[in-house]
Amino acid sequence: MLTIKNLHAEVEGKEILKGIDLEIPRGEVHAIMGPNGSGKSSLASVLAGRENYTVTQGEVIFDGKDLLEMSPEDRAREGVFLAFQYPVEIPGVSNLHFLKTALNEIRAYKGLPALEAKEFLKLTKEKQQLVDFNANLMNRSLNEGFSGGEKKRNEIFQLAMLDPKLGILDETDSGLDIDALRIVANGVNKLRSADKSFLVITHYQRLLDYIVPDFVHVLYDGRIVKTGPKELALELEEKGYDWLKETVVHENV
Amino acid sequence: MRNSNEIIDDIANKEYEFGFTTDIEMDIAPAGLNEDTIRFISAKKEEPEWLLEWRLKGYQAFKKMQMPGWQHFKLPEIDFQGVSYYAAPKKKKQLSSLDEVDPELLATFEKLGIPLNEQKALSGVAVDAVFDSVSVATTFKEKLGEMGVIFCSFGEAVKHHPDLVKKYLGSVVPHSDNIFAALNAAVFSDGSFVYIPKGVRCPMELSTYFRINAQNTGQFERTLIIADDESYVSYLEGCTAPMRDENQLHAAVVELVALDHAEIKYSTVQNWYPGDKEGKGGIYNFVTKRGICKGKSSKISWTQVETGSSITWKYPSVILQGDDAQGEFYSVAVTRNRQIADTGTKMHHIGRNTKSRIISKGISAGEGDNTYRGLVQVGPRAHNARNFTQCDSLLIGNRCGAHTFPYIESRNKSATVEHEATTSKIGEDQIFYLNQRGIDTEKAVALIVNGYAKEVLNQLPMEFAVEAQKLLSITLEGSVG
Repeated sequence: MLTIKNLHAEVEGKEILKGIDLEIPRGEVHAIMGPNGSGKSSLASVLAGRENYTVTQGEVIFDGKDLLEMSPEDRAREGVFLAFQYPVEIPGVSNLHFLKTALNEIRAYKGLPALEAKEFLKLTKEKQQLVDFNANLMNRSLNEGFSGGEKKRNEIFQLAMLDPKLGILDETDSGLDIDALRIVANGVNKLRSADKSFLVITHYQRLLDYIVPDFVHVLYDGRIVKTGPKELALELEEKGYDWLKETVVHENV
Repeated sequence: MRNSNEIIDDIANKEYEFGFTTDIEMDIAPAGLNEDTIRFISAKKEEPEWLLEWRLKGYQAFKKMQMPGWQHFKLPEIDFQGVSYYAAPKKKKQLSSLDEVDPELLATFEKLGIPLNEQKALSGVAVDAVFDSVSVATTFKEKLGEMGVIFCSFGEAVKHHPDLVKKYLGSVVPHSDNIFAALNAAVFSDGSFVYIPKGVRCPMELSTYFRINAQNTGQFERTLIIADDESYVSYLEGCTAPMRDENQLHAAVVELVALDHAEIKYSTVQNWYPGDKEGKGGIYNFVTKRGICKGKSSKISWTQVETGSSITWKYPSVILQGDDAQGEFYSVAVTRNRQIADTGTKMHHIGRNTKSRIISKGISAGEGDNTYRGLVQVGPRAHNARNFTQCDSLLIGNRCGAHTFPYIESRNKSATVEHEATTSKIGEDQIFYLNQRGIDTEKAVALIVNGYAKEVLNQLPMEFAVEAQKLLSITLEGSVG
């Protein structure tokens, strides 16, 4: 599904990603953990195509296509979905209208006709229930005045609606209390399937109690320094990232 | 990968959609402004003596007046003697029905999306089409006539309803109100006249479509709307002009009179030619619009979507004279490239319990400059007057400007006057967020801007709200960078 090879990227001349290799097969959930500033969110931004990142080396193949050649909107239309760490507010644009526009843009890209109003509403209702999203938020302006938890839940709801091949969750757990965290995680778990992959970026192991990954990767200073099964997350939680720093330094010597 | 700036530059070069010209034989007065010009116009229109006198008074006032100096932009030199004050398509013969209108003119309006053939017209909308100085056709006149609604060109009103015209002409905007109003009084050519009789709710949207076509002319139309007791009317005006290198002056006057319990809703979708990217050409849109809520519990509501013109300079206002009267002003003004807008409103609270509401949304892009200027005035008799003003500015890019000049003068302690203002910028974050959901940059900007302007667009009659949304999107295409 997603193959990242030797990916280097910089922001304002400063190298942030220093050679990432990662393979996420179809249907798998991979977690990326790492200390602050290790490049976790940068990786998400580069994959989604944020303009201020420059890729200097390497390649990213998504479903057989060169992802880095595509505009951000085409990446989205191909099936890359980024659940933002800080979802933006857009006053005056209803959540529903926004989603309808997005869905129909993606459908048009695939050569499908726009959804009829009735079908769209049916789909909305279905997904809303699936991920336990508050119907009252549907007609409100996109994220405007939403609480932190509501914004994150809206991201998961959008993910359910747009049905991407790859969902990237960028620190979706940050700022969530335990109840909201559980709801968000349940939503993601319901969306897991054999043909959908996830890249879950998190600072804390807590989220991974609910969204159990197939693999855990540890990002440190722009590189993946360790990969392991889900238990690796527990080990990190217990020993902290300092333990890792020592290992990395040790290996480098 | 192309970045969004490049895409934007591509679209920015898109041309003004309505910039074509119509090739038609015209009657054009020689350039210049003097008493003879005014007599010429008056004679062309076969006007009664009293109207000529009124025009001449306007001209005397104009001659004594100076150009204002308080506006927030550099007023360009205007050569009043270099303009022709009358341009009309040559009449082949006396017109008695639409079938006799020059096909070239019908085709022009059709191309502008304003079919004058009643079968093709939007149902529920009656149109008066004004081409340069004259009205070429008014649709659904007979149907409206059955209910006693008068909807005709100003020239016809002078001929057929002189008493009404005489009574109300200049009663809201006097001939000496300001220099452009005085000029208009002297040389006004045509425009629309509306009278809604007592107790009648006008069954159709009334609308006037203004088209400037001739070169080196100005357009000086005059609109007068009178809503008698307990009547209601919704009126809409639209405007376009060809692309020309030199600036053209549009100095119109609109007067609204609402009697007891009457309501007038006046909407404008202004898309005059804005000039090119370097600011060359375009219309100077210097217009005086004022309504009076003369009767008790009367209501006047102005809604404007201003996307065109090189300079837009106007303050649609309401004099709230009757007790319990209400005035509203909803505005979206867009400036991009080198466009300038200095617009807003004045609410004069005179009667008791009068209310006013002002919602202004300025959008500046490119090197556009957008100024909101508003006056809320509460007189000593206006007990319990209330005003709410919200004034928002949206900036796109970092070379544009937004300014706000709210004036409040209250002489009554029981009045409540509220003012809220915000300034925001379309952020790259917002655009990227929408991109990441599969929406391209162009659509993303349209979505954000329409969301921002929604409160105002919602005020437009339904038939036009969609058009206005599209217009906003087109106007701002390629403005983010």
